[in-house]
Amino acid sequence: MSKKPTNDWSRRDVLKASAASAAITGAPMFFSRHAYGADFLNNPGDSKTVTLGFNVPQSGPYADEGADELRAYKLAVKHLNGEGDGGMMNTLQPSALKGNGILGKKVEYVTGDTQTKSDAARASAKRMIEKDGVVMVTGGSSSGVAIAVQGLCQDAGIIFMAGLTHSNDTTGKDKKANGFRHFFNGYMSGAALGPVLEKAYGNERRTYHLTADYTWGWTQEESIVASTEAIGWETAEKVLTPVGAGDFSQYITPVLNSGADTLILNHYGKDMVNSLTQAIQFGLKDKQVEGKDFQIIVPLYSRLMAQGAGGNAQGIFGSTNWHWSLTDAGSQAFVKSFGQEYGFPPSQAAHTCYVQTLLYADACERAGSFEPCAVVAALEGHKFDGLGNGPTEYRAEDHQCFKDVLVVKGKENPSSQFDLLEVVEVTPRAQVEYPVDHPMFAGGDLGSCNNGA
Amino acid sequence: MNKSNAVSDWILLVVFSAVILTMPIWLAPFGANYPDLMQKFAIYGLFAIGFNLLFGLTGYLSFGHAAFLGVGSYAAVWSMKLLTMNVLPAVFFSVLVAGVFAFLIGYISLRRSGIYFSILTLAFAQMSYNLAYSVLTPITNGETGLQLSLSDPRVLDAAVGISTGRSLPSTNLFGVKMSGLPGFYFCAVVLIIGFFISLRIFRSPFGTMLKGIKSNQTRMAYTGLNTRPYLIWAFVISGMYAGLAGALMASTDPLAGAERMQWTASGEVVLMTILGGAGTLIGPMLGASIIKYFENIFSAFNEQTLNQAFDFLPDSIQGIVVDTVSLFVGEGWHLTLGLLFMITVIFLPGGIMEGFRRIGGIFTRNKSNTPSSGAVAEQS
Repeated sequence: MSKKPTNDWSRRDVLKASAASAAITGAPMFFSRHAYGADFLNNPGDSKTVTLGFNVPQSGPYADEGADELRAYKLAVKHLNGEGDGGMMNTLQPSALKGNGILGKKVEYVTGDTQTKSDAARASAKRMIEKDGVVMVTGGSSSGVAIAVQGLCQDAGIIFMAGLTHSNDTTGKDKKANGFRHFFNGYMSGAALGPVLEKAYGNERRTYHLTADYTWGWTQEESIVASTEAIGWETAEKVLTPVGAGDFSQYITPVLNSGADTLILNHYGKDMVNSLTQAIQFGLKDKQVEGKDFQIIVPLYSRLMAQGAGGNAQGIFGSTNWHWSLTDAGSQAFVKSFGQEYGFPPSQAAHTCYVQTLLYADACERAGSFEPCAVVAALEGHKFDGLGNGPTEYRAEDHQCFKDVLVVKGKENPSSQFDLLEVVEVTPRAQVEYPVDHPMFAGGDLGSCNNGA
Repeated sequence: MNKSNAVSDWILLVVFSAVILTMPIWLAPFGANYPDLMQKFAIYGLFAIGFNLLFGLTGYLSFGHAAFLGVGSYAAVWSMKLLTMNVLPAVFFSVLVAGVFAFLIGYISLRRSGIYFSILTLAFAQMSYNLAYSVLTPITNGETGLQLSLSDPRVLDAAVGISTGRSLPSTNLFGVKMSGLPGFYFCAVVLIIGFFISLRIFRSPFGTMLKGIKSNQTRMAYTGLNTRPYLIWAFVISGMYAGLAGALMASTDPLAGAERMQWTASGEVVLMTILGGAGTLIGPMLGASIIKYFENIFSAFNEQTLNQAFDFLPDSIQGIVVDTVSLFVGEGWHLTLGLLFMITVIFLPGGIMEGFRRIGGIFTRNKSNTPSSGAVAEQS
């Protein structure tokens, strides 16, 4: 305790000297930081470039989706800057895009890893907003993260264009004025799947739900239960499983003895690949319950997951926002330029992220400004076509896109490693639409748009 | 406690405060002078300083400190939802709740020492995490995290007629917004107070007692001293620091998620403390800053940035360099951190502070020609 502090003195000198010299070198940057006036947060002003923030999971159970989302964002930036073949910029109707960036400013981007955790995602988004000066944050492959980041962007006064998020809450009880979602949601999946399941499997079934334990799992389960019970199915059991569990065998064993004849997997990403693979290893698909073949349903399906699950996905029903085999001009243009760039077709996650970036750019062009409130006004109630989903509308009341939903099935005889899903039915928009105050979406308030400054 | 030591402690405190408060200036060349990251430096610094009071002084390695951080965050967010958006009540309740929680866990866990103590705290933290994640969802909102909503009562704010209409209120300190730079200065002041208390504890008879426990607990027991109350107090104080850090996190960003309590978060504070130098005053703060810097800055480098950085190289070499370096940045930042940690632990078992001491030792020897005094440890 009372030893001679000679060493400390010299270190303190070093500390003091380094602090002083750093202060001197850093001072000019500090004083010039807020050199320009801003009527909204991160106003690019006279700058020749504008920065977008791409916040996607690069690690964790949704990393595959995140990687594909990032590819799509990079492609969108290329197209916006007038490089490449333009992709869906040529098919978007109506379009104000000019291929010279956004409002004449070259588009640049920064990336961040959400780690599929709310805290990390918010830290990453805050860095983009505070350090990199982005005008818009987009991304997310988990609804929990999307909702957390959407809340942050609302507080900060930045536009949030949600990527892949399927929870009802994103545009339901947690909707925000600065947040927009192009992707469909749990309710739409349920509404689209109901009639198809009735046709395929009849009216007498007992379902067993395995559900990812967070907002997306909860709301999707609620939606699917509602629509399967509407066609006369019973719900035997609903079991919550942790996200990123890896091993689902302890949850699948009880299914065998529950008397249920249908397993519904409210899982996504690597979780779905694992749970589906294990369910099939446990012989669920070969089982018969009271004379009926056991069936598995994956309400939210994607090609990436079907690829991960391999042959196990064959014959399994699900729904999806978009699929690369669609033959409309927009989808074909996108698949072509994505394929040229990366050598394989895009996933639905890539599609929605690409579309969101174009829609944001288009809204800025139409509003003539990057100001969040102007962009919100331009997007609210906006009707467009040619982005792969047919005529689509951004509903003003909850910032949710309304469009057709695809019901898909794992292909029995895939012709290539990407040709894994076949589109069973295109459910028209009218069938999946719901009123803003629908009980599954009630309790939220958009609030008013926030410019941040 | 001799006089010169007391004076040097004051100088240390002043220098420490000056360095913390001027962060927005001297962090600029590192690209780290944006409020969110500086808030993180201060918050995790406080967390590590508190952890160091337990681990550095008593040698008891807790693997469950994130639980207190999480409990503190939840308490703070609830205070904001129910009472007021002012951060002071939030800070007060968080520290209180975390302290009580730490007492309960400490009372049980401290019946054992060494690895058994570590495992017990780890188990408690994991239990808390799972409770927050799925069992207590009405209180914690599970994986999505606890957030403010427009329909919160906020009794005190309502009583004095503060209303924000249709937009969410923001956290404040008597009207000063707690996001951005003001938020950082609030965290910084709390950190400096926390550092001062930690300094006093290090120098107090209580601190000496804790160091005695670290060096030989049996000997302490043989002198007729019951060490358990001392340990419990150290554990509770350390838990309160974690709760305070949790409250600051909620104050600067009103959201509390269960993953804050995960065992990886507990492991992180252990890494911070060891990387910086366990048992030293400044080490934990340094370690925390380095790890947060890596997490936020290194993880954000992508190929675009790297290509710009190595633009001066010929194209063929640039490709190779970018490919190699990209392994260590972006998604690979954990790899860099792991390497740094290994190098530190192998070559500088006393953490970065030991590195400073060695460098300091070289200068002193050159100046006064006295023999190396490497044994002078745990001074600052």
